[in-house]
Amino acid sequence: MMRTAINYLVSGLCILATVLVILPLIAILFYLIYKGASSLNFAFFTRIPAPVGESGGGMANSIVGSGIILFLASLMGIPIGIAAGVYLAEFGRGKALATAVRFTADVLNGVPSIVMGIAIYSLIVMQQKHFSALAGGVALAIMMVPTITRTTEEMLATVPHAIREAALGLGVPKWRTAISVSLRTASPGIITGCMLAFARVAGETAPLLFTAFGNQFWSFKLSEPIAALPLQIYVYAISPYDEWHRLAWAGSLVLIVLIMVSVTLVRIFANRGALKGGS
Amino acid sequence: MSSTRMTPERESRSPLPVPSPLPNAPAASSTDAASGADASLSPIRDFLSKRGSGRLADNSFAAVMLLCACSIFAIVIFIFGILVVHSRLSLMQFGWKFFTRQAWDPVSGDFGALPFIYGTIATSLLALCMAVPLALGVAVFLTELCPRPLRAPISFLTELLAAIPSVVYGLWAVFVLVPLMRDVIGPFLYKTLGWTGFFEGPNFGVGLLTASMILAIMILPIISSLTRDIMNAVPNSQREAVLALGATRWEMIRIGVLRNSRIGIVGAVMLGLGRALGETMAVTMVIGNHPDISKSLFAPGYTLASVIANEFSEATGDLYLSALIEIGLALFLVTIVVNAIARLMVWAVTRNAPARVN
Repeated sequence: MMRTAINYLVSGLCILATVLVILPLIAILFYLIYKGASSLNFAFFTRIPAPVGESGGGMANSIVGSGIILFLASLMGIPIGIAAGVYLAEFGRGKALATAVRFTADVLNGVPSIVMGIAIYSLIVMQQKHFSALAGGVALAIMMVPTITRTTEEMLATVPHAIREAALGLGVPKWRTAISVSLRTASPGIITGCMLAFARVAGETAPLLFTAFGNQFWSFKLSEPIAALPLQIYVYAISPYDEWHRLAWAGSLVLIVLIMVSVTLVRIFANRGALKGGS
Repeated sequence: MSSTRMTPERESRSPLPVPSPLPNAPAASSTDAASGADASLSPIRDFLSKRGSGRLADNSFAAVMLLCACSIFAIVIFIFGILVVHSRLSLMQFGWKFFTRQAWDPVSGDFGALPFIYGTIATSLLALCMAVPLALGVAVFLTELCPRPLRAPISFLTELLAAIPSVVYGLWAVFVLVPLMRDVIGPFLYKTLGWTGFFEGPNFGVGLLTASMILAIMILPIISSLTRDIMNAVPNSQREAVLALGATRWEMIRIGVLRNSRIGIVGAVMLGLGRALGETMAVTMVIGNHPDISKSLFAPGYTLASVIANEFSEATGDLYLSALIEIGLALFLVTIVVNAIARLMVWAVTRNAPARVN
């Protein structure tokens, strides 16, 4: 009897824990929609921030700025990440060096983003003597690399050897096998990995604090401080003005929707694109 | 995984190479003979040789891939190097004492990191205390108890928690959790547990406890999803064996699942700890940002990451800046060590020994 009672008790506790975990998520999403949706309007997407005391204004420059920084980061991070993954899966099988790279990538993944921020600050901003969009892009690119490397490697590992051997047997050189056969077969999974890494850095604020720095006005130059959506949300959230709080909620809603849409798309994409008939 | 899969494949392939040299050999010799004279004999070969099938192309491709892989080492070494170089002023001035001194006085140039270390450790450990039981509960529920149709949506929801950016957690905490803490949870804790001395002093809503709560919410999905993977790696025969001995379901989970995956669970918890140590934005927004060491969890505090986030861009003077960079260096080294240990533990369970019997 006692044992059955404990069994039910623990089962109940587990269900309770799950409910307790889902609860904050629902609370966060509820507040985002409740507070954010009421502040979203056309001006939010087309105007730059209004000065203190004036109502209205939007975050158009932040959205564009985030886009520019993320594009830069993807441009640098994705090729390096995929190439490193290709090395791990195609050339480094069983080598000690590959294990070391894998391990370092996992460890690098856990390094706090703010440390990346000050490292890039010391490297680029201190040399250039001013904050820049380029520095922000580099900081985010460094954060993307380990995630992409590991997912690329895992996805390439699911490609059956028979396919590679078929290509090699036809006399296709190894580099071409890696690009046209292995990478192409694993591409749905690799795209998933890239989008997950993208979604992860899209919401990062800490590495941008001392690199992209933020900007209240339009800026398209890579060598100038640039606005970014998470940065702007941070600035507005800790400000004392109600109008800015309202914009912070709206900005968060936009950011979350962007991230969730990409994560959900990835889910659908990954499930449908999963290797059919792979071993 | 793949290396174990290789062996049966190689075995099954072994009859294949026997016939294959026969058609292959004449093909190879014909291209050797007709390499220059008769290219039309084998248009595929010709096409391939034009597309760079040579030792040079292969080797240079491998070298580029190797270079990119090594860039990951380079990143880690570069971060370490640049942090050391830029914190040398503070390293030389304060030495090891930097980490045991309480002073934080930018005006007179007197710096010590102890309050930040205290704040970081206190919030991270408190967050772990809150998150670990919940995460384990979720993982057990999802792997062992949950009805199958509910499993995917619930695990998707817990993973969504991981996708929410830090700054959005911070925003939510500032406007929802802080008032809740100030008006409901705080007074309740004071009334029931005030005698312990942990819940004393004025309660503004911001402080160590609020920061720990938001941290707990943030590290939960990492711990629970890794724990779930680890529990899934326990073979079903273990569960069946324990059930066959007449165990209840909980006893099966305790003896058959949790005991087999304990190293991995500790690893997952340490990964959560690594994340908690370095979490910046949400903590900065709700911890109160005051370099004090206080027993009360209502008191405002400061963490290593949040002092960097708050003061770095307004740091005047080289010593101030290098003290902040030294804090970053400490954070970097600590998270690297914690993550390395955690990864080794998780690897030990999910890679090599999926079916170890205790």
